[in-house]
This record gives sequence, structure tokens and C-alpha cells, in this order.
Amino acid sequence: MSILAPIVGPQAVYRINPVSKFITAFLLSAVLVLSIDWVSASVALALELVLFLWAGVSFRTFVARTLPIWIAAPLGAFTILLYGRPSGETHLSFLLVHITDGSIELAIATLLRTLAIGLPAVVLFITIDPTDLADGFAQILRLPARFVYGALAALRLIGLFLDDWRSLELARRARGVADRGRIRRFASQAFALFVLSIRRGSKLATAMEARGFGGSTPRTWARESRLRWPDAALIVIGVLVALTAATVSIATGHWSFVAAQ
Amino acid sequence: MTSQPVSAGASVDARGWGWRHAGRDGWALSSVDIHIDPGERVLLLGASGAGKSTLIHALAGVLGGDDEGESRGELLVNGRPPEAGRGQAGLVLQDPDSQVILARVGDDVAFGCENLGVARDETWRRVASSLDAVGLDLPLDHPTSALSGGQKQRLALAGVLAMQPGLLLLDEPTANLDPDGVTEVRDAVGSVLDQTGSTLIVIEHRVAVWKDLVTRVIVLGADGEVTADGTPAHVLGSAGERLAAAGVWVPGFPPAYPVRRREAPVELLLHTEALAIGRTSAVRGGIELEIRAGQALAITGPNGSGKSTLGLTLAGLVTPVDGRVVADGLRGGLGPEPIAWRSRDLLTRIGSVFQDPEHQFLAATVRKELAIGPQALRLGEAEIARRIDELAERLRLRHLLDANPFTLSGGEKRRLSVATVLATRPRLLVLDEPTFGQDSRTWAELASLLAELLDEGSAIVAITHDAELVDAIADAEFRLAELVS
Repeated sequence: MSILAPIVGPQAVYRINPVSKFITAFLLSAVLVLSIDWVSASVALALELVLFLWAGVSFRTFVARTLPIWIAAPLGAFTILLYGRPSGETHLSFLLVHITDGSIELAIATLLRTLAIGLPAVVLFITIDPTDLADGFAQILRLPARFVYGALAALRLIGLFLDDWRSLELARRARGVADRGRIRRFASQAFALFVLSIRRGSKLATAMEARGFGGSTPRTWARESRLRWPDAALIVIGVLVALTAATVSIATGHWSFVAAQ
Repeated sequence: MTSQPVSAGASVDARGWGWRHAGRDGWALSSVDIHIDPGERVLLLGASGAGKSTLIHALAGVLGGDDEGESRGELLVNGRPPEAGRGQAGLVLQDPDSQVILARVGDDVAFGCENLGVARDETWRRVASSLDAVGLDLPLDHPTSALSGGQKQRLALAGVLAMQPGLLLLDEPTANLDPDGVTEVRDAVGSVLDQTGSTLIVIEHRVAVWKDLVTRVIVLGADGEVTADGTPAHVLGSAGERLAAAGVWVPGFPPAYPVRRREAPVELLLHTEALAIGRTSAVRGGIELEIRAGQALAITGPNGSGKSTLGLTLAGLVTPVDGRVVADGLRGGLGPEPIAWRSRDLLTRIGSVFQDPEHQFLAATVRKELAIGPQALRLGEAEIARRIDELAERLRLRHLLDANPFTLSGGEKRRLSVATVLATRPRLLVLDEPTFGQDSRTWAELASLLAELLDEGSAIVAITHDAELVDAIADAEFRLAELVS
């Protein structure tokens, strides 16, 4: 299951608790969504691109895993370019499409912002092991173990669902019903997968219950999840990047608070 | 490695115990009276539907609360109700895939200890000794997704063992495994019992697997009442014939083999030319096979050797990676390669029975399920009704025609999945593990049905681990060796 398997390596980043990666990504995006100017986004992006050198991810992996962001960002920006709120000089106008100075600036800001929020989130998340994240959620953030480990165990079923989906598809061809009605067949196949996944899920639940899961005994943790100094360092770096971006933007007069628009 | 601390076996007492599933009129088990002493090793037998699984789930305390059903009488493990002592009974189920809980071997074994509140140092000591006891010599961070079926079952056993249960409950733990996996798991259980002195209750319809390991055999009747109880030799001697008739595989009472009218091989239906198979890249190449009318070819080999993929490729469902599947004897006006045929054109030519019948079910009732193929062929109403009628009779499905396919028992699902394929009368049948996990009665029915089809001139390709099925029907065997990766 390559999409679920985390990337591992010897660098410091791999010893950082997933919870602090989660917090850092959250803090960065929380600050960056407050404004839609191009300055704060480009400052943050510039700092991030330098910091990625220490992210423990090869250039190749970086490109492969962040590819969706590189595709989504220009698409989003293009939409804003055509349909964004018009202001300033109009360059092109056709039906609902208005390309104006304002929409060009908004499009650039959107492009940079998507990258500045999306890239660090992906880079931080691809090195997270789901088990370690669950440990952190349960032990550090004190989320209910029943919920956290239930979700973790369910995650493992995704690989089985992919196999099921493939078998369902082949079985429909074998049953002589795969020539027509693609949409209807897709719906019925999706429903069949839904039924199968509920059955798998309930079997897994029984197996977990049989191992004492969900009982009244206070739980212990075989793996300790703690925040240490590298975690503090990562969070501080995240806060610094966010603050620098906001400060530069405010100082240069570009900061535009979303709620004020 | 530390040795497993001896957790003395637990006793089991059932006094007039019964269970009724929510929404049902009848009791699944009406009145069970059993006493099992600490350390006894019990094989629990009975016809399918006798409530063996229900009893074992109840002893594990996972039968559910009032919304799942109601109980009566008394059921005690070590003098306490099962729900009161989590961890005193450990349960291993049939399906290896749905018992793996976490992604790494060590974490998975530790899971039960965590839930019972065992201290960290002690947890890891138990993880090491449990893995040792079941003979899983793997690093703690080994991915659980990379384990074989037999290894997954031993992992489940280790996970249960780490909880140090006094009672080990096994619900057909080897039914989904290949012969090597069966031996692997049985031996692991034996060594665990020798080390811990736990009480054992195992359900299994293949008696030969456990006969020499257990000290007592208990047989449940149709309502869950005990109909025989004693040493293996005694019970299997006195009740062997009755058990065999009820579908239990009893040594010395094998199911009847079908009689084949073996005739000289005739018409060539399908052959392969330098065929290479695989899901994404080739896992195996240079396959040359010939399939003739009236002949059965068995494809055998260990798990993961590409048997299923070969079957799917021959059946025109998966594209060959290289080489060709040529079905000159089946094409009837179409191109030579089945993968290029339309889905509907496969129906009268090649029928596929999948390993998991549930993947094949499309309709809300058995009757509609049987009608799907004939309807796709645009047969007349009367003809469809006639075929359904004939198949329902032949495969004992008549009383189930209005039932939902998903609610059938394992044997009934298998019979239905075969019937849906026969409804369009394909000349070649490709079956993936048709007898897996089946009781001896269903086995005998399937074997005799396949023999009849062969005598009528159909060809059969059976992917199977079942040496008895190969003996009973196969004219040729194609064995795939283990893949070296």
C-alpha cells in the first residue's frame, strides 16, 4: 500500500512527533488564510522553499508527491483570473468573464497562497506514519482512544477495498452485464463495495473487541508519544514563517484581511 | 527470550444456556449443558447452523448486548460471566485479513495488552514471548500487510496469547489457509498449549487437522444440545457416520467420489501460446496449456504463485501481459482471444466462479440472481423460468429462491455462485477454489456436479489447493511453483 506507507529516513524530521507536524501545518495555514494578498504568500513560500532542504525528502519525491498542488494552484488561479471580483482596468470582457487588474492580482495571490499552504502540508504529512499519528492524537491531544484507534484500524482496510473493487469489476464482466450502462453499473458496484466494507468493518470490530478494545479498563500505551525539543523547534519555525509573512505584508501595506472585504 | 508465564487454564460451565438473535423467533442455541475442566482441549463439532460459532463468541464475550439478541441460562468462564473478565478468553477467527489490526507486527501483538492496561515493559516482554511461542521470527516493525495467510493467523494467535488468556477459542482458524498454512497454525497452537496449559475450544469441520491435538470431542445437535461427548476415539467411532452425513470431515468417512465416464479427449476448446500473466507486470511467462472438451484441468501451487491471475486470464477477464489465449473451439464467429469479446459473449462460452462468491452477487434475491445471465442473453421468460427451476432443483436452492444472496450460509453461497454461471450454459468453466472452507456434504455435491458437467462435454479449469478435488475430478494438473522474488 504505497499511498499509505510513510516515507522514512535517518534525518531529524523523522524523529519529530506527527502531532507537531500537524500543529505546524495548521498554524501556517491559519495565518495565511487570514489575508489574500500576494506579499504574505510569497514571503511564506520563499522561506518554505528554503526550509524544504531540511525536510528529509528527495527532490524527486518532493515533485512526485506535491504534483497535485502544482496542478491545482494554477487551475484555481486561472478561475479567479476569469471570474474574480473585477476592479481597475479591464483587459478582456466576455459574458461572465472579466479579466481586470484586480482579478490578475487576485489570481497571483491565489496561486502563491495555494502553494504556500499546500506544499508544507504535503511535505510534513508524507513523512507521518499513521500509527505514530494515532499515538500522538491519543496521548498528547487526549482524543478518545476508541475513536482514534478505530479509525487507524479502518485505514488498513483501504487496501482490501481496492482489491474488492477490482474483483467486483471483473465479476461484472464475467456475469455478462459489463457491456452497457456504465453509470448504473458504477453505482451498483459502489453499493456492493459499501456492503462488503460494512461486513469487513464489523468483522474487524469483533476482532478488536475480542482483544479487549473498548472495555472499561484504563488503557496503557506500548509506544510512548511525547513532544521533545525538535518538536518545539518545528513549531517555532512554523510560527516564525507565519509571523514574518504577516509582518512584511502589513509593513508594506498589502495585508488585506479577508473578513474586512 | 523469556518464557511465557504459565497462566493456568480456565474452566467453562454452561447450564441451560441459550441464545436467540434479535428479531428471530427460534433459539440459535436452546439449552447447552457443558462442563470443561481447566486445561482440557476440546474439538467442538456439529452440522453447520448448530450454533457452534455463537457459543464460542459468547464465551469470548463478543456476542453483543441486548440489541444483538437475548440469552438465557448461565454461561461462566472461571466462574464469571464472559463479559466480566475481558482478556481471560482469547478468540481467533476464520478470516486472516479481518483480524490484523495494526500496521506493524509488534504493535499488533501489543494491542490487546494496551487495552487490558498492561504496563509498557511487561507488554513488550509479552510481545516477544508470544511471537516466539507461535514461531513468528520477524522484526517488530515488519509490516503486517506483507504476511501470508498462515502468518496472519499465527499473528492473531500471538496477539491473543499476549493477553494471557486462560481459555483459547478458535473458530475455524485454518479454513481459509492452504495446506502449509494449516499445518503451520495447528503446530503453533499445539506449542502454545504445551507452554501455557490453557484450555482450548476449537471449531473445525476438518477433524483430521485437530484429532491428535485435542483430548475431548463435543458434538452439538441441531438445537445446540450436546449429542455426543468424550475422547476423540470414542466419539468419532460411535458418531462418525452421523457426523459425516451432517457434513463434518471425519477421518475414515470420506465423502463419496463421483464416477466419471472418462472418454478419450476430444475437441480442443482453448490453448495458450507463450502466455505471460500478471496484474501489472509479468509474474510468470511461457505458459503453454491445452483445454479440451470433457476434460478437467487443475491449476495448483502455493498462495501468491499467480494461480488466480492465470485463471482470470484464461477466462478472458484479465489481459495477458504477453503471449496469447486462443479460444478457437469456443469463438463461434468472434475473434480468437477471449479478452476482446464483449461481456455478454462470455456467458455462453466461458463461465467464471470467483473465490469469494460475494463479489459475484448482483441481485436482491436468489431468483433474480439466477435470472441475470439468461436475461443478458435475451432468452424468453418461459426459458428463463425453466432454467431457474432446473438449477434450483439441482443445487438445492429451491427453498431459498426469495432470500437475499448475502444472507445465505457459506455452502449455499458457493452453490448459488456455481448455479448463476451454469444458467447460461458456458462450455468452459473456470472455478477459483470452489471447495475452499466447504463442509463434506457441499464438497460431495460440487464434485458430483462437476463430474456430470464434464461427462456432458463441458471443460473445467479448477484453481485449487484441495488435493481430494484434484483426485476426484482432474484429468491433468498444472502446478505453479513458488515465485522467487
